[in-house]
Amino acid sequence: MSSFLDIQNLSCGYGNGFRTHDIRLTLAEGSFAGIIGPNGSGKTTLFKGISGSLPLKTGRILLEGEDLSTLSWREKAQKLAIVSQFSQIADLTVEEYVLMGRLPFRRQFQFFDRKEDIEIAHHYMQLTNTYRLRHKSMEELSGGEQQMANIASALSQHPRLLLLDEPTSHLDITHQMQFLNLIQRMNEEMKLTVMMIVHDLSLAAEYCDFLLMMKDGTTYCQGLPEEVLTYEHIEHVYNTVVIVKTNPVSGKPVVFPVSERRLRDGNQEIR
Amino acid sequence: MQQEQGRWAIYVLLLLAALTGAALLSLGMGEISIPFADIPRLLADKESTEYGVLAYIRIPRTLLGFAIGGSLSLAGAILQGIYRNPLVEPYTLGISGGASLGVTFAIVSGLHLLNVLFLPLAGFIGAFAIIFLVYTLSLGKGGLSVNRMLLIGVMISFISSSLMMFLMSVTSAENIHGIVFWIMGSLNESNSTMITLMVVLSVFCLLVSYLFVMPLNALRLGEEKARHLGFNANGVIRILFIITSLLTGACISVAGIIGFVGLVIPHIVRLWVGTDYRILLIASFLSGSTFLILCDVLARTIIAPNELPIGVITGIVGGVAFILLLNNTKRKELKARNA
Repeated sequence: MSSFLDIQNLSCGYGNGFRTHDIRLTLAEGSFAGIIGPNGSGKTTLFKGISGSLPLKTGRILLEGEDLSTLSWREKAQKLAIVSQFSQIADLTVEEYVLMGRLPFRRQFQFFDRKEDIEIAHHYMQLTNTYRLRHKSMEELSGGEQQMANIASALSQHPRLLLLDEPTSHLDITHQMQFLNLIQRMNEEMKLTVMMIVHDLSLAAEYCDFLLMMKDGTTYCQGLPEEVLTYEHIEHVYNTVVIVKTNPVSGKPVVFPVSERRLRDGNQEIR
Repeated sequence: MQQEQGRWAIYVLLLLAALTGAALLSLGMGEISIPFADIPRLLADKESTEYGVLAYIRIPRTLLGFAIGGSLSLAGAILQGIYRNPLVEPYTLGISGGASLGVTFAIVSGLHLLNVLFLPLAGFIGAFAIIFLVYTLSLGKGGLSVNRMLLIGVMISFISSSLMMFLMSVTSAENIHGIVFWIMGSLNESNSTMITLMVVLSVFCLLVSYLFVMPLNALRLGEEKARHLGFNANGVIRILFIITSLLTGACISVAGIIGFVGLVIPHIVRLWVGTDYRILLIASFLSGSTFLILCDVLARTIIAPNELPIGVITGIVGGVAFILLLNNTKRKELKARNA
């Protein structure tokens, strides 16, 4: 039995410039994996390699045993959905926007939307609390609401693998939690496999069951959150002094930054 | 969504009604005024003067107005979709520059005296040479870049207009008159084969473009998102670019340069019917047809018995409408921001 997602020795990048190299990752179905690492460590490039936006230089990506590079865009879109930090918003109503998620499933020469597609879109709009906004233009929505519509659209795609590129980094804490809790629910209930690029290390630890830490375009370490998020790893990868404690409720690591002045004042005994 | 389809049906019916109205107006108005009710009777009587006017002048003109107006507007709607830029029209991409250059060359070198068909042919070849050039130059390292294509198109327009001026500066005054007259555009085309061809081509391209409405809808969110929704964005853009070029090249070679139809009409139609390409394409086509037929009626009647170049009318009417529209949308945006 092969694993659900198997990334083998992946390298990809732009022209002669930056690239991500030698990435190996295997995920079981229903994993919630977090990709962490400093800016410019190749997280988004890795996603572009997986989604096919960038051609692979070496390596293979197997999703349920199928090599992604052999699939057409349409076949890929039926298995894989992506939500990025900022989405292109056109002057569409929320309903039209979410319905776009059903595009990969349209039949050839199908002109009108099928009832089934509309029902799926409505279902996810209700889950994301955007149903009440369905006749509003996407442009009129707040950033948080846009992101909820975005995830509704991605979920309407009924993906096997969901890629989230810093989905919550510009959201307030209400929308952040609403968003992540919904993803967690989908992850549990539908065994949806999720890969999420995230900057907030404590959030990553809280929600993800597996972490891949990247540095300079390749894997620095990977494993369970408590294995990856040690202060040695973080200090080495991020060049920043932090303190790692355990969340008393969840038992997951929590990362506290330490300011320069505090360090200067010799507040060493904390560690 | 049920109501959506109902709304679309109403738009199409309204536009068809407007088109019929414009066509009747175009058949009836002119030096000899023909009442609408008499048209069927007159068409049966092949001996009358009115039959001659209708069959050989007004019907061909109206048909050509339908085909050219529809084609230009359709091409504009598609290009604005590909480039995700509401200010793009067939002529911004250098296509008209190429066609004008071709025609200028034909007139200056005297080729058009050999056969009447050489003039449109030269326009067509010029348009296609430019399209080919823009297309290959836009193929950067990472594939087709839409922004590059736009910039290169604009630059090539400038180059062709400079070359055209060069040709005009070395030729006789008589030729210059011919060139200027052609550039100003006219629906006065006596060759009935060309008119039939144009009508067939425009309707055919409209039908073909409907195969790409869903990718166009997805492209509203950008090329990358369209790919993630399962469309081969580059392939779609390539085919649509060829279709629009074919349409524009044909229009220019038959009727000269008729500006602003491809820019203003799709823009206004989008504000009215929304951005869904399933309704936008047909609505743009029909509105463009209606608009051009009406402009032609104006061009023929304003200073009758003389005739104004239709490009003058479309330019003024379209340009003014566009500025008014821009002001309106700006105000709306401000309101939305303050709200």
